[in-house]
Amino acid sequence: MHFDAFDRYHEKESILHRLDPRVKVVVTVLFIVSNALLPDGAWLAFALAWMFVLASNLLSKLGLGYTFKRSIIALPFALIAITVLFSIPGNPLTTFRLFVWDFTITDAGLLRFVSILIRAWLSVQMAILLVAVTRFPDLVHALEHLRVPAILTTIIAFLYRYLFVLTDEVFRLLRARQARSAAAPGSRSGGGVVWRAKVAGNMAGQLFLRSYERSDRIYNAMVARGYVGHLYTLNPHEMKSGDYYATAFAIAAIFLMQVLGRL
Amino acid sequence: MLYAPTPLHIPDGFLNLIVSLICWAITIVTLGFAISKTNKALGEKQIPLMGVMAAFIFAAQMINFPVAGGTSGHMLGGALAAIVLGPWAGMLVMTAVIAVQALLFQDGGLLVMGANILNMGLVTAAIGYGLYRSVIGQSKGVKLGMIGFAAWLSVMAGALLTSLQLWLSGTSQLEIVIPAMMGVHALIGIGEALITVFAVGFIMQTRPDLLGEGSESAKASRNWVYVGGIVALLVVLISPFASGDPDGLERVAIDMGFIGTGLDAPYEIIPDYTVPFLGETALSTIVAGVIGAIVVGAIIVLVGRGMKAKS
Repeated sequence: MHFDAFDRYHEKESILHRLDPRVKVVVTVLFIVSNALLPDGAWLAFALAWMFVLASNLLSKLGLGYTFKRSIIALPFALIAITVLFSIPGNPLTTFRLFVWDFTITDAGLLRFVSILIRAWLSVQMAILLVAVTRFPDLVHALEHLRVPAILTTIIAFLYRYLFVLTDEVFRLLRARQARSAAAPGSRSGGGVVWRAKVAGNMAGQLFLRSYERSDRIYNAMVARGYVGHLYTLNPHEMKSGDYYATAFAIAAIFLMQVLGRL
Repeated sequence: MLYAPTPLHIPDGFLNLIVSLICWAITIVTLGFAISKTNKALGEKQIPLMGVMAAFIFAAQMINFPVAGGTSGHMLGGALAAIVLGPWAGMLVMTAVIAVQALLFQDGGLLVMGANILNMGLVTAAIGYGLYRSVIGQSKGVKLGMIGFAAWLSVMAGALLTSLQLWLSGTSQLEIVIPAMMGVHALIGIGEALITVFAVGFIMQTRPDLLGEGSESAKASRNWVYVGGIVALLVVLISPFASGDPDGLERVAIDMGFIGTGLDAPYEIIPDYTVPFLGETALSTIVAGVIGAIVVGAIIVLVGRGMKAKS
């Protein structure tokens, strides 16, 4: 597995790629907070927020529909919000029978449900775009600048660095299990559920020991290279004038959404 | 999908701002404690260890075993992390895992990350470690039994908290979300319990020295037993109460003043240029005006700095 197999970064030459990672993190978070603040049924504001997403897509040169295609990921969770369709009092729109229960969809319930979905859908698109135009190490570096404690950002940096190594290790364990689990046609292999869980549990324990010993080797290698408890970077992030303009423009746009949402 | 897709990762948009911020506040305070404790207790050597252990939890979530009908058992890992690394380090490791899942894979939102860390990282670690500590010195069978119970309960606690947050945000109805979430997670929790028990059993057999049983002072250990016990008791008490008598919980929420901030919060922050807790007074309009002025001021300052900075 290649070291950046998990990275969602897309190499392109664009304004958004060049923007300071701090700006991208702050604007993304502000955008998501703004979505959470918009009242139900603020269609004009939702439309403006969507324009914002589309414009960001265009500026990133990844294509107008880039985040749209990947935004389905938040959909399964919508199931959890489905009860608001029936639970909020309002004018009944339609009633249907399922087994022995009657379900009545109210207009207020529908409004709330659709608003929740739109908020989730807009927010996830911005988050997708953030990692598509920012290298993950830069993102972690930006979090450090934004006062996230160093111990956390360091753990996250290590997690990212060794994720693919340990994933490879898991794949080897899984492949070995598959290789051991041959079955003659017509008969099933292996024992019951608890036995299978035991195999999986032993694999997790095995993975723990391998990771633990690996971390020892990593530490020794780092000490040999002069590690004293800090990670240093050669990439000093500096805010340029364009970064300030972009932040100002984004804040103005997000504020406009809030105003439109409350007219 | 390479990692365990549990229905506990809440995406953005499903919790309202107030609930998200309250969860962030609890998470930040707890993490602040965790960071100061680990900084005091651990040397520089522990940082690579915790980083690799975070990658371990992430990777261990991919280990599955077939159950029946195409479904499979997975592990969340909060209890396991706390048992093998200690509670504070376990919490930090789980936080890193959840942060990377949200940032890199959009599995869980950013604004609601505080809630996700609280549900899947902090509470699971507290229950896992507290209950495990309560049986220190007992026989191996008792220990493993308690670990299994703790792992199962940690998943149930996460599901319960998620349900309550969704309900307080006005996203789900209490009498539906609690039985649904708790029912599903009672089964998911069994997978968690089995994997955790067998994993810890494996480590006990091969490297018992890594479990560091005598590493903590008696007092700290007792405190964790209390914390784990209390959280466990709350889960056991609240879940049947909430699913059997949702009006009861609603009553508690009303009495505690949650429900106003909870259910209708999206409407209540600066509606029509008034600030909610100030009412529709002149003062309120002034405050709303000040907020607008601050926004405009921020934009002007940013543009000014942009002009000053060398391109």
